Amino acid sequence: MFGMYNKPDTDNFLDTTAQGLIGAPLDRPEGKLKVTGTACYAAEYVLPDCVEGAFVLAPISAGTVKWIDRASIAGMPGVLGVFADDAMLRRAAQGTAGKAPAQGVQTVDYFGQPVALVVAETFEQAVAAANALQIEYAATDPVQLDFDPEAETTPVVDAREDSAVDQGDLDQAMRDAIHSVDVTYRTEAHAAAAMEPHAAMAEWNDDHLTLRGSYQMIGHNVAELADSLGISEKNVRILAPYVGGGFGSKLGISYEAVAAAIAARELARPVRVVLSRQQVFRAVMRRSETRQHIRLAADAEGRLTGIGHEALTSNLPDEDFAEPVTQATDFLYRGEHRRLAVKRAKIARTPAGSVRAPGEAVGMQALEAAMDELAERVGLDPVELRLRNIPERHPSSGTPYSSRMLAQALEEGARSFGWDRRKPQPCARREGDWWIGMGMASAARVNMMMPAKARVTLTPQGGLVVESDQTDIGTGSYAILGQIAGETLGIPIDHVSVRLGDSALPTGAGSGGSFGAISTGSAVLSASRAIRKTLASRLGCRTDELVLRDGHAAGGNRSASIADLVGEEALVETGRIKPGKTAMQYTQASYGAFFAEVAVNVWTGETRVRRMTGAFGFGRVLNAKTARSQCLGGMVWCIGSALTEELAFDRRDGHLANPDLAEYHVPVHRDVPDLDVILLEERDPAASPLQAKGVGELGICGGAGAICNAIYNACGVRVRSFPMTLDKIIEHLPDPLAN
Amino acid sequence: MKAFAYARAAALADAQSVREGARIIAGGTNLLDLMKLEVETPDQLMDINHLPLSGIDAHGEGLAIGALVTNSDCAADLRVRHDYPLLAQAILAGASPQLRNKATTGGNLCQRTRCTYFTDTTQRCNKRAPGSGCGAQGGYTRLHAILGASDACIATYPGDMAVALAALDAQIVVEGVAGERMVAARDFHRLPADHPEQDNVLQPGDVITGVRLPAPAGGRHIYRKIRDRSSYAFALVSVAAIVTMANGRMDRVRIAFGGLAHKPWHDPEVEAALVGQVPDPALFDRAADILLRDAQGQGSNDFKIPLVRRALIATLIEATSNAPTGA
Repeated sequence: MFGMYNKPDTDNFLDTTAQGLIGAPLDRPEGKLKVTGTACYAAEYVLPDCVEGAFVLAPISAGTVKWIDRASIAGMPGVLGVFADDAMLRRAAQGTAGKAPAQGVQTVDYFGQPVALVVAETFEQAVAAANALQIEYAATDPVQLDFDPEAETTPVVDAREDSAVDQGDLDQAMRDAIHSVDVTYRTEAHAAAAMEPHAAMAEWNDDHLTLRGSYQMIGHNVAELADSLGISEKNVRILAPYVGGGFGSKLGISYEAVAAAIAARELARPVRVVLSRQQVFRAVMRRSETRQHIRLAADAEGRLTGIGHEALTSNLPDEDFAEPVTQATDFLYRGEHRRLAVKRAKIARTPAGSVRAPGEAVGMQALEAAMDELAERVGLDPVELRLRNIPERHPSSGTPYSSRMLAQALEEGARSFGWDRRKPQPCARREGDWWIGMGMASAARVNMMMPAKARVTLTPQGGLVVESDQTDIGTGSYAILGQIAGETLGIPIDHVSVRLGDSALPTGAGSGGSFGAISTGSAVLSASRAIRKTLASRLGCRTDELVLRDGHAAGGNRSASIADLVGEEALVETGRIKPGKTAMQYTQASYGAFFAEVAVNVWTGETRVRRMTGAFGFGRVLNAKTARSQCLGGMVWCIGSALTEELAFDRRDGHLANPDLAEYHVPVHRDVPDLDVILLEERDPAASPLQAKGVGELGICGGAGAICNAIYNACGVRVRSFPMTLDKIIEHLPDPLAN
Repeated sequence: MKAFAYARAAALADAQSVREGARIIAGGTNLLDLMKLEVETPDQLMDINHLPLSGIDAHGEGLAIGALVTNSDCAADLRVRHDYPLLAQAILAGASPQLRNKATTGGNLCQRTRCTYFTDTTQRCNKRAPGSGCGAQGGYTRLHAILGASDACIATYPGDMAVALAALDAQIVVEGVAGERMVAARDFHRLPADHPEQDNVLQPGDVITGVRLPAPAGGRHIYRKIRDRSSYAFALVSVAAIVTMANGRMDRVRIAFGGLAHKPWHDPEVEAALVGQVPDPALFDRAADILLRDAQGQGSNDFKIPLVRRALIATLIEATSNAPTGA
């Protein structure tokens, strides 16, 4: 069933079933294992004779390794070897690469790049030896290096030219506009900062490698690892049943897997490699900093006539990835004159790649702050400005939108939040030493489907087994895939087991781009519906009259237990889905709206988010609890992006000056107030046979803009540089005593 | 982490006689982090956790806090909360509950004055490797000093408790080779000058056994910590203030600052400018002028100069007015 998804599925099959699992706020089946510390993460396996590897990172930003003085650690206890193999990675693979990234650690491309792996009997011995290992480097002349992406001497190239838009005459539209905004916003580099550090355990049996790792897209990772090692994919098995957060940083195969595999092969013993927290910060893909030039041209009523979004991002000179900053600007608002472009500065800094919602995460917050500036100029409520600018068709391609809940999210969010209590002029509400303000922003994130396979087995006992190499990176894959199968086949959830994260299982979509649930979920649905068809046939009724519930089948005046229908041999089906014509014929995205109330200290500019509401529409809700959790997590990221998160690179030598969770400030409990999440009822038949869309990233796409707008509403300070730390506010505050 | 030997002190003398290259460990919340980074590489740890230094007892009209009293216990003590609320506030503004459960009174005082160039062994640092230079100057200096820095070091003392102790004019009890002596909390930490490797005045053979708080002096106690997130972050700037009013005038004023210098900053001239005066924002602003007369930003921390000025004014307004303010 399904295969290519070429036609919107308007049957809404999951609205016709009887088990009551879909959408239910069920707990994660693996939740207890995780909170009791018994879920086994990548580095936690006990393998006989396993030894430990520790990386040495380059203390220069560009150059070569001239000489590794292996004798310098030869006498240290427990040391088994130093590895600096040509096959070792000098950066991780970008998401969906499917082949080896840059290899060969004799070349140094950035400060903090792994250049050698030291293996010893114990972890402490390995780390001590790695720290003691003497390496002679030939650094490239530092004057040739530019660590500032905005420096005039930095080479800048066009990027993402496929998605660049130059339509109409934006310059003229700006001149003709009754109201316009022409501003530049900046965002700083971000770390994914997943809780579980990158880790791998490699074990060889003859020519077969088993790699326990922490990865998001196992199907691609097998190909990347095999290619890196020059072996057949058939000889590689990756296990990642539990992943302690990924956020894009574990999309591609990374240093630790390849180095562990090389060392394990050489030593003929299992090898474990775990990056330290500081190494994760220095070497793992970051989100690029951005500079975003935004131009908005509007008529007297605030209808956009033109929109410009031109962004500068950065990456290593030979890394093509550029943060797709303008991705949502492409389709979100009207305006016939459009210019969207992304450029990439080539700088020698920790490689940039996908971090949760690449593009929209930082693009939307800047666009939505600029929209707030426009609303003020027009004299229009910010919600109304957005409502007036929702286009009927894609403003460039003319394709229709699939289901789109932007207007409903704006209206429902505003109502729930109490937006009508906002005073439009800044500095209008003060409580003691705090200015209080409200701000809002739209949310948007493209919807994507990826090819996926999953196997569903209905056992003679009437139990269900769902299998895929799909990962669960904390998002709820285990829960929702079981719910889809159980719902379709009328099996209570405690009779459903889900096996994930093993490359020996059918290849799912993996976790990334918010596509895991709808892609692999559609494959599970497909397999389950195939079994359903068999059950109908065995019962002797039409498929559309079959009712499956609590292990019983009924239809056509017949009924039987499902187990009896299965008989002695399990029913096994593999479901498949691939993106098809619906992906091209419809503009697909998830939408929402953020509303934030902040307090800004009248003296110090300290900003505290007091409450925040997010209203989101992403098609059918598969599990109200895990979906809500994704939205909550996204909104926490919004607070971090708005107020605290910034990778601080030293511009002289390119080293990261805040490489840990003490100095890279993600929000902590006290930074996160009551967050209210509203899930809007929606079906999107063009998005997937589940009528569901992506959830995982939407909650981070724009909310920092709402906080920016709330700060302005509170104290009249418009900060165009994220994170909006107090130093950017304090000098512009009104006199606290002038009241 | 380098391999090290572990020993448990059975008596104070064991701690006093640790060999060169050894470190005393109490809570270990800072030391172990630095050992993992190989910033600290002791060949022996002398564990003093079993010494009888965990009491909080009346001492004259004041209070004696043992060196091994945890930060959590100290902040929760009824006498501390009632008579020295500044101290409880400051402790609770620091670190996280998990860290405060382990961190001790003496160990907290001995946490390193530090910056991220100190904790990064790829960077130059006179504090970690005397004579190697200061990598921070000209680099990322958001948390660095605006007062009392030297060419050798611009790091700031990161703690909160010691700032309150400086304002309270507490005494640190040090047991040295020549016997017990008292060191004023205000004099315990050093400015870097040419020897930033020395954070404080402890000498070989010295062990902190406790802290003595003077008789409670009443007044309004405020610890105002300003930081980049609302918990688990070092102060950009902190103000510890105790103000007693009499007849509409400031009768007794004690103020210390964190985040400004290599040590908790106490400037008697700031206090002198306020004592006997009628509270007034313009006066507070002049007090800030005095505080900041030699202030020098490092670039990315220039904002600390207006920040501490505004924080001081706000704190003194709050301390001298009846109606508390807050979000």
